[in-house]
Amino acid sequence: MIYFDNVSKTYGDDTPALKGVNLKIDANEFLSIVGHSGAGKTTLLKLLLAEEHPSEGTIFFQSDNIHDLKGNEISQLRRKIGSIFQDFRLIPNKTVFENVAFAMEAAGRSEGEIEADVPHAVNLVDLGHKMWSFPRELSGGEQQRVAIARAIVNQPDVIIADEPTGNLDPINTYEVVQILKKINDLGTTVILTTHNKGVIDSVGRRVITLEDGKIVRDDPTGKYVI
Amino acid sequence: MLWLNFKRVVRTGFVQFWRNGVVSLSAVLVMIVTLFVIGGLLFSSALLKSSLSEIKDKVDVNVYFVTSASEEQILEVQKSLEALPEVDFVEYVSRDQALSDFIDRHANDQKTLEALEELDENPLGAVLNVKAKETSQYESVAQFMEANYSSSDPNSIVEQVNYFKNKDAIEKLSQIISAGEKLGFVITIIFIIISIIITLNTIRLAMYISKDEIHVMKLVGASQTFISGPFLVTGAMYGVVSSILTLILFWPLAYWLGPVTKSFFGGISIFEYYISDFGKIFLIILCSGIIIGSVSSLLALNRYLKYKRRK
Repeated sequence: MIYFDNVSKTYGDDTPALKGVNLKIDANEFLSIVGHSGAGKTTLLKLLLAEEHPSEGTIFFQSDNIHDLKGNEISQLRRKIGSIFQDFRLIPNKTVFENVAFAMEAAGRSEGEIEADVPHAVNLVDLGHKMWSFPRELSGGEQQRVAIARAIVNQPDVIIADEPTGNLDPINTYEVVQILKKINDLGTTVILTTHNKGVIDSVGRRVITLEDGKIVRDDPTGKYVI
Repeated sequence: MLWLNFKRVVRTGFVQFWRNGVVSLSAVLVMIVTLFVIGGLLFSSALLKSSLSEIKDKVDVNVYFVTSASEEQILEVQKSLEALPEVDFVEYVSRDQALSDFIDRHANDQKTLEALEELDENPLGAVLNVKAKETSQYESVAQFMEANYSSSDPNSIVEQVNYFKNKDAIEKLSQIISAGEKLGFVITIIFIIISIIITLNTIRLAMYISKDEIHVMKLVGASQTFISGPFLVTGAMYGVVSSILTLILFWPLAYWLGPVTKSFFGGISIFEYYISDFGKIFLIILCSGIIIGSVSSLLALNRYLKYKRRK
């Protein structure tokens, strides 16, 4: 489903972020990426979202070479990928409903679909009672759950979660991981980056370890080992 | 689909304007200043135009006839002058009329009136006041008089053409009028550019506040049009609200300044202008507001919208 073919990325100041990465991610996989800060985890995800351009190599999402996409084609790609970030990245002046609905509006879905699917997604992350609250009125855990609802509402093929538990306490961390596992069980590919050993160990699925921009370990049912 | 997106864009634009109240307020305030400058220039150009036409109205060429010239001869000169394409109209002032005008003018000057009474007959000749269509055409009218009815010819019925006396003053006035029009235009353009730059920077600041939001919109797969549309609507809203406020502010100001401008410039009062040309002023201010607001938003947005990927 996703292929990284000998991908390298060097930033403007000659700092190498990724070096010759070869990676294949299958549909319905739950892949965790671990590594120290600066190991290249976020760069890998940014390349997949077409936020960055690889210095060398190619990345395929299904049959598309991400590197060749332009303008609206990038928007189309991103509608197939749901993103969750450590800092939640909600739109501050939109309510929970509007934040989730925005992803559907952007994808051109009808009002009827939005009316039906948004409450469903929000209820799935157990925030039905906060439907009309603004992000500033929610706790960190709740904001992250809204971000998850926004990521899944378009039923994407892949969910990218970049250290989603980084700002959360253990209880919220547990809940977020459970939601991600549930999403994966329903057939969506999940790519998770994290520093949290407990998260990796509780998931018990494929883990790749990045070190200085290189994949140094790829375990099918890995544990957190650095 | 297009209609659905349009509805969403407009709705989001309105909601954005309302919810970002402080940002909207500051943008509206700055735009009021800009529109005030544009409105002020409209008023001052109307005042300048009306006072220039007043001045132009006062410029004419007077042909003074000798006292022995008969009315038929003078009317013949009037006819030949009226036949000139440059001439707008010619006013005939008879000798009696000239005398009565003179007496009226010197009603408070007893000595002059007494001196006049000493004379046996009316010492004033008839006059033709010639009005040209443009101030620059007086020279050719005067040249025509000089060629056909030269005052230096001892048999001529024309005693004097006062253009040659006023020539310098008329030329100077023509130059001042044309320079005034050019300068007014240049100043207008400079002021408008400065105000647009200030507005653009304020809106750019408003966009800077929204840059993370724009980034998120891009990440969830919103197209460039879908992201920029609401900002365009919000920019246009800044324009609409600030133009309405500007027009409201102009009302008491024009009312207050009306009598002053009328007595100072001699032409119209700006309050009369505001009332009589309200439709035109409203449209110019509203369209300027909408165009400046939405174009500034688009220019400011442009840098956050592009899919720039670092190699």
